[in-house]
Amino acid sequence: MRMNYLRSAAAAGALVLATACGGSHDAAPSSPPAGALRVDESKAATLAGRVTFEGTVPENAPVKMGGDPYCVTQNPNGAHLERFDVTDGGLNNVFVYVKDGLGNYYFDTPTEPVKLDQQGCRYHPHVLGIRVGQPLEIVNSDETMHNVHAMPAANREFNLGQAIQHQADKRTFTKREVMIPFKCDVHGWMQAFIGVMDNPYFAVTHDGGKFEIKNLPAGTYTIEAWHEKLGTETQTVTLADKQSANVTFTFKAPAAAGN
Amino acid sequence: MTWLHRYTKLVAACTLLLIAAGGMVTSTGSGLSVPDWPTTYGWSMFSFPMSKWVGGIFYEHGHRLIASTVGFLTVILAIWTWRVEPRRWVRGVAYAALGAVILQGLLGGITVLLFLPAPISVAHAGLAQLFFCLTISLAIFTSPRWREQPTAAAADATLRNIAAATTALIYVQILVGATMRHTGAGLAIPTFPLAFGHLLPPVWTAPIAIHFAHRAGAVLVTGAILATAGHVLHHHRGQRELTRPAALLVGLVLLQATLGAFVVLSGLQPLVNTLHVVNGALVLATSLVLTLRSWKRFGVQNSGFRVPKRFTVQGSGFAGEGQL
Repeated sequence: MRMNYLRSAAAAGALVLATACGGSHDAAPSSPPAGALRVDESKAATLAGRVTFEGTVPENAPVKMGGDPYCVTQNPNGAHLERFDVTDGGLNNVFVYVKDGLGNYYFDTPTEPVKLDQQGCRYHPHVLGIRVGQPLEIVNSDETMHNVHAMPAANREFNLGQAIQHQADKRTFTKREVMIPFKCDVHGWMQAFIGVMDNPYFAVTHDGGKFEIKNLPAGTYTIEAWHEKLGTETQTVTLADKQSANVTFTFKAPAAAGN
Repeated sequence: MTWLHRYTKLVAACTLLLIAAGGMVTSTGSGLSVPDWPTTYGWSMFSFPMSKWVGGIFYEHGHRLIASTVGFLTVILAIWTWRVEPRRWVRGVAYAALGAVILQGLLGGITVLLFLPAPISVAHAGLAQLFFCLTISLAIFTSPRWREQPTAAAADATLRNIAAATTALIYVQILVGATMRHTGAGLAIPTFPLAFGHLLPPVWTAPIAIHFAHRAGAVLVTGAILATAGHVLHHHRGQRELTRPAALLVGLVLLQATLGAFVVLSGLQPLVNTLHVVNGALVLATSLVLTLRSWKRFGVQNSGFRVPKRFTVQGSGFAGEGQL
């Protein structure tokens, strides 16, 4: 009896430590709270749309990579910051997510990791979403040193050194947070942004600002679009069962776009 | 000139180089490019391959190596002073320098491990200047001129007070500047000389207040330096040990104001930013030299420090046997 108590206490202690340290293990499956609802996928709706950019696209500032000869060789034609990525009038790298309105739904936490790669002295992808408790696999594909410095407000900050090519480390986040900036202090131009969500309803715009969020239950939602320099835009959307709706967000060129 | 005096000057020069290296770390945003401490990406600091000194690592790792060198030089300085220096209070200054450099190293490590919290980073910057002042003081105290009898000129209480107050004011101004740097308020007021087109900022936030305090401090410091230098040039015109640092101080503070303007106008260009930090240290050191020399006239005549007879040297110019 006493032994069982000690084992339970040890397990609880390990869980608390793993949570507090933002541990690198895969997320453990958790059970739904009492009264939580599951989404009926046969009735689910889809929200698709586009994020457009209005005005003159600001120039992305050029990047000086001279401090690391390897980065220069990986970018023979030079490089620019990735802040304004506009194709066909659509703004890419915008994080679109359901901010509010989901109510008491419960979603399983995925155990497969989301990958953040450092390749050519860039983060790939530049913007991504992940679930609370889902592993983030951080990989260094470069033949140079990187440090991966996450600067969250709600989650635990970390600064990870990756000195060896193909080094991979895993981290998880314990709280919802939109967005967490990532930075490499070795290469000051390297930046990434990660949205940590407690539901699966998020997307990052691509191919001319397009996005799609599937399997939404019927309801009225606040949808937010986030951009690293242009801030946020929100809309309220009401979806019926099996409905396919379209929304468009528009970001305007800043008066004086700084890079 | 003794070898110990030459050595203290070397330590002071290396400390200024260290301050410059630290300035480049902050100015280039490289403070966290080496995530671990005291190791470097798992290597011993001294065996980390040069081929891996890339990007921000060059600045941060270079800063750590220079800091280690200065720490080692300070250990030697403390031992050397303990062995040969007869004045107990000078030995005390050397020990204080050793304590300061050890604490400084710990602060540098802690601020990296805690992701550069502003209070610790500001303390690191502030202690750097205090350590530099200690090395400068040792260079002054071990100089042959310091041991000379004071001139016949009466002690000037006004000079002593305004020089000390100016040095203290410069140090406070450096602390405000460090706070501005480590809280990211360097461009909180992006225009110069006016603040958003006004004498006073039309809006106030914490970063704007810190930035404006540094600008207002610059005006106060400049005024204090001009007053001190004016006093020296008026009342002690023939005394080069006072007029030289006073004139240098005026030149340095004018250069400092110019560099400060260029820091803002260049958008925190790292080299300009670092020159501003280094020149700030020189302003402080020069004011300290003037202060110590003005207090020497008073201090040597009235110090009453006693030293063992074994340390006294006939004809050394000391105030008297067994007394400094």
